[in-house]
Amino acid sequence: MGAFERQTLAALVQPDRVHRSLYADPALFDLEMERLFGRAWLVLGHESQLKAPGDYFTARMGREPVIVVKKSPVEIAVLVNRCVHRGTTVCPEGRGNAERFVCPYHGWSYDRAGVLQAVPFADGYDREKLPRGLKVVPRVAAYRGFIFASLSPSGESLESFLGQAKASFDDFVDRAPGGELEVAGGVFRHAYNGNWKLMLENHLDGAHPAWVHASSVAVARAAPEPGRPGEEHYFDIAVRQMRQNGAPDSVWEGTGMRATPRGHGIMGDYHDDSRLVAGMGNPAFDEYRRALADRVGREEADRILGVTLWNTVIYPSCSFMSQFRQLRILQPLAVDRTAVHTYSFRMPQAPPSMFRDTVAFSNVVNGTGSWVLTDDLEVYERIQRGFASGAVEWAQIGRGFGRDAAEPDGLRGATGTSEVYIRAQMRAWLDYMAE
Amino acid sequence: MNIEEFLYHEARLLDTHRLEAWLDLYTDDATYWVPLEQGQQDALETSSIIHDDRTLLELRVKQARHPRAHARLPLARTVHQVGNIMVLSEQYGEVRVASTLTLVEFRAERQRVWGALVEHHLRRDGETFRIAHKRVELVNSEGEIDGVAILF
Repeated sequence: MGAFERQTLAALVQPDRVHRSLYADPALFDLEMERLFGRAWLVLGHESQLKAPGDYFTARMGREPVIVVKKSPVEIAVLVNRCVHRGTTVCPEGRGNAERFVCPYHGWSYDRAGVLQAVPFADGYDREKLPRGLKVVPRVAAYRGFIFASLSPSGESLESFLGQAKASFDDFVDRAPGGELEVAGGVFRHAYNGNWKLMLENHLDGAHPAWVHASSVAVARAAPEPGRPGEEHYFDIAVRQMRQNGAPDSVWEGTGMRATPRGHGIMGDYHDDSRLVAGMGNPAFDEYRRALADRVGREEADRILGVTLWNTVIYPSCSFMSQFRQLRILQPLAVDRTAVHTYSFRMPQAPPSMFRDTVAFSNVVNGTGSWVLTDDLEVYERIQRGFASGAVEWAQIGRGFGRDAAEPDGLRGATGTSEVYIRAQMRAWLDYMAE
Repeated sequence: MNIEEFLYHEARLLDTHRLEAWLDLYTDDATYWVPLEQGQQDALETSSIIHDDRTLLELRVKQARHPRAHARLPLARTVHQVGNIMVLSEQYGEVRVASTLTLVEFRAERQRVWGALVEHHLRRDGETFRIAHKRVELVNSEGEIDGVAILF
């Protein structure tokens, strides 16, 4: 990798523009898997996915297939899903409960902590020289129930990595009565022919909905008016959100856009539809508000529900909507191919209709057959085709450049459509890549 | 029109992009469902690739006609190959019909092949039928699939 010295990398990521090779060069992608996805804390899932000892689910950390397993009643391990013998994945992709992970090839078996327990024809080996077991991902930590891991044995703590983005996870969890959340309702798994960065850059972009989502905004405006509180149609939440995408420029300019040194981005102060998120006047939402107030008091409940965070991006692999309880984890497959898994969360102590809203929202806005997502994916693929061309070398990330305000833990864009979050992502990229 | 002819007719309308005529085949209380999970029974608390009532289905067709519907402009060219048609039951004026769908989609230099187990609930309407419910169980619904901007 001698070709990518710090200076070479730094030249690709300039303050207000970025070189197309970050999206199109397979050699840079290989280096990203090693230096960026091999170092950063990556979101893998949520503790509700692992209830009993032995519960596991598979995931990927960059290119590494891993098993996230509850190895004891209190401890989670992340194991590289690769038999130390002949390289087979010891566990098929998916989730389940296992006492042992037994390799299908020659029956090498590992316990829940990944320790090698049995080797058929063991006499053929020098026992002292046998590996101890599956490679264990060195650092695992959780923040408010969200499981993270890092392939790097050393580095900053998870809390330091998250910085002010912790507040978005707090919002996610605090909104749930009793702090209880669970992954539920199925997982959308979609993919696109484009670089992984394109999704993270898009999710905080207030300048794109008027163009990319013009068609879903138009049909949402033509939809029947949302029902009165308590008499909503099944699809109202989706229609409201699609209409919201057609908000005037002043709304987008007025959002709060903040970015952290590690490249996380936070969009706040967005909604002007009080029934979309706050559910004003809706009897189920009133019941939920009471359930929340019963546990934390009315004043604190009002404070929690008054938070207006929208999308949060956790660089380099996650994006979530704390108010709608949607979390997406991206997995880079190649320089021009990315998979995304979209999770919905249920609040077990909130009225069931709130989760039905989450599901309807997910189907129409974030799902694989969504009216909104499909247009985003189309644009990612068209960007990728454009970046494959060498006729123009640079892409612009200079909207609002020079007007970013320094904050204690990052930067704030002068307006909501500032590209400060992309500049922060690029700075974080360089920090990881040139470290 | 018998059941077989009706299903071919529906496929033909989709393949020739006569989406408004296709929509007219659906009853006012129709549901159009492409579940996310194999054997999925619940559509309200489990996500679906598509779960539309008649209103949403109509909006979906309208979106396809919008001049800036990027993922649908142009519409993918398709062939819906309907086979293995079997009447499962007939009661309360509705015929439940099982079929299989093989679909070839082409758009933007990419050809995709889809396979699905399909179930229609048909109501007799004079000489023809109307669709009260359609369920399309894609064989790859749980896979990592690219965006879906077609109708099955």
